[in-house]
Amino acid sequence: MSINNFNTLSRINSPRTTYQYDEFDKDFVRERVAEFREQVRRRLDGSLTEEEFRPFRLMNGLYLQLHAYMLRVAIPYGTLTSQQMRRLAEIADRWDKGYGHFTTRQNLQYNWPKLIDTPDILEALAEVDMHAIQTSGNCIRNVTADHFAGVAADEIEDPRPTAEFLRQWSSAHPEFSFLPRKFKIAVTGATHDRAATLAHDIGLRLVKNASGDVGYSVIIGGGLGRSPFIGKVIREYVPRAELLAYLEAIMRVYNRYGRRDNKYKARIKILVHEKGIETIRAAVEKEFAAMDYTAFQQDPQEFKRVAASFAPPPYETLPSESSKLAKARLETPAFDHFVSVNVSKHKIAGYAIVTVSLKPISGIPGDATSHQMRVLADACDRFGFGELRVSHEQNIILPHVKKDDLFALWQTLDAADLATANAGLVSDIISCPGLDYCSLATARSIPIAQAISQRFSDMARQRRIGKLGIKISGCINACGHHHIGAIGVLGLEKKGQESYQITLGGDPGFSASIGEILGPGVSADQVPEVIEHLVDFYLAERHESEAFIDTWRRLGHARFKDVLRREGEDGADI
Amino acid sequence: MTKFKHPQILLASNLKDGEVVFLGHNGWEKDFRLARIAKSQEEAQILETIGKTDYSANIIVDVYLTDVEITDEGAPRPLHYREKMRIKGPSVRLDLGKQACGAPDEH
Repeated sequence: MSINNFNTLSRINSPRTTYQYDEFDKDFVRERVAEFREQVRRRLDGSLTEEEFRPFRLMNGLYLQLHAYMLRVAIPYGTLTSQQMRRLAEIADRWDKGYGHFTTRQNLQYNWPKLIDTPDILEALAEVDMHAIQTSGNCIRNVTADHFAGVAADEIEDPRPTAEFLRQWSSAHPEFSFLPRKFKIAVTGATHDRAATLAHDIGLRLVKNASGDVGYSVIIGGGLGRSPFIGKVIREYVPRAELLAYLEAIMRVYNRYGRRDNKYKARIKILVHEKGIETIRAAVEKEFAAMDYTAFQQDPQEFKRVAASFAPPPYETLPSESSKLAKARLETPAFDHFVSVNVSKHKIAGYAIVTVSLKPISGIPGDATSHQMRVLADACDRFGFGELRVSHEQNIILPHVKKDDLFALWQTLDAADLATANAGLVSDIISCPGLDYCSLATARSIPIAQAISQRFSDMARQRRIGKLGIKISGCINACGHHHIGAIGVLGLEKKGQESYQITLGGDPGFSASIGEILGPGVSADQVPEVIEHLVDFYLAERHESEAFIDTWRRLGHARFKDVLRREGEDGADI
Repeated sequence: MTKFKHPQILLASNLKDGEVVFLGHNGWEKDFRLARIAKSQEEAQILETIGKTDYSANIIVDVYLTDVEITDEGAPRPLHYREKMRIKGPSVRLDLGKQACGAPDEH
């Protein structure tokens, strides 16, 4: 069933700044929708058992959760057009409950779809070049990237053409569709890691060699979950032409040696940890040397064609400073705070990058109503060349906004409860859905995020605290990235009750680290108080504008543990 | 087989829409208060047998027994917080799930 009757067209003057499907892509996705429609029909008439059907629905992103099915929609490298965002809103209204949840993998999840409606939803997605393929299962998942790709001032090269190449390479790859376990790849082209590349099975960092040629630093074996590991560099430099072949070699080694007897030891991080990076490097290099990789040799013309899809939009030539912006900041303090906190430097003079926080005080991290999705779609058509990004921090980015337009944009966002000025601050909390939705969860995570957000609701206090990443997971699978939060919270079950383990010292950047456990678990009620004590101690001890993680590294973990002892919360209680 | 310690009800997800359902005296019910309560190992086995039959008949999926206590009104109340969540809906969205239709607050 088509929903072409919906008004989904972006404005005519909005150039496409992302990859557009060619006929091959369109046919592939349409065929998959038709295939799944038939599989659903056969499931409903009993031709397929649940055991037979389950792998098919998972391959199409459809899970069964606590209250309903859940559909995970892929947003490759987190880039969305206004047209696609509108379609996501339409689907939320027509087949779900009027909202969606943006995830830490730059995807979108619908929490209430019906199995019988899913083929229609997938068809509606296909009409705007979207799908849910490989958002589940033991395959290469949706490739993620820096959400400031193409616009960041610290960028060597836009990582999205590479990510798109990887999407095409990995989609329905016959050799890697049944890996020992799921496989996640992240790409960054900047000197600051906003894509948590060291926490992925493969992290790719665009670098230049001594000759100035752009290639890739390849990192493997990172990952969170039950056994967290920081990735290790397997090769400092892989030329662009050899990237796919080199990745193919890594995947072959993993496919051959990765454990299939124990799902908890099946990720490549365990293989790297058990065998050692030197052994794995030797195996990969041997495979790479032996393989005939002419088939994987990157065609420069094809890369150029793909890269052209991500060409910069037609920026105007503008002065770097905007008097209009300066005047509005002086007149409207709330806007001034928004600019200070949520607006980032753009590589083009006169433009800015705007982070739209999906973390209103006491709100549900990552949730957006269909109305808010439409506001964002309209806003980026009006102010940002029709393009949006989803960050792994569960926020939305408008990557190309004229400084002159920032005040008008802020007013639009504010009217839709989308102008919370907390990007990167203590209330900009990453949180998985937890036990409020997820069948794997052992505890709720959203209410914890809400309580912490409420505790720090004074925005002036948040600004005084500065950048501080709190990340919350509702189970050991760590979808909320708690291991790499400066403050991490992990929800577990303890004696039939929800219990929360707090970690300190996690870092998602190039100086990545895994957080250390503070002590025994605490109850849900205690979490905000414990965090407040830690933050107060940090404020008392920090040097100048020193970040929380740096203070923690300087003082050491034991000093932070001592804080809680002094507050009388040590011992058996925490 | 685990030892029977508490009364039990059988719950599952409806195949077509994924909604949580409870085995009642007249088939699968959306309201947990209509769930049939097994008060012995033998009664629990009867519920399980019906569940397996309906699973094979492609009516429900993800079927299992859960421990409950019985309220003064005679209704079952799950003992574990996970199932307390399932009979209601998300604790952070009281406008969604079964609780949106007036089921009593169990959070």
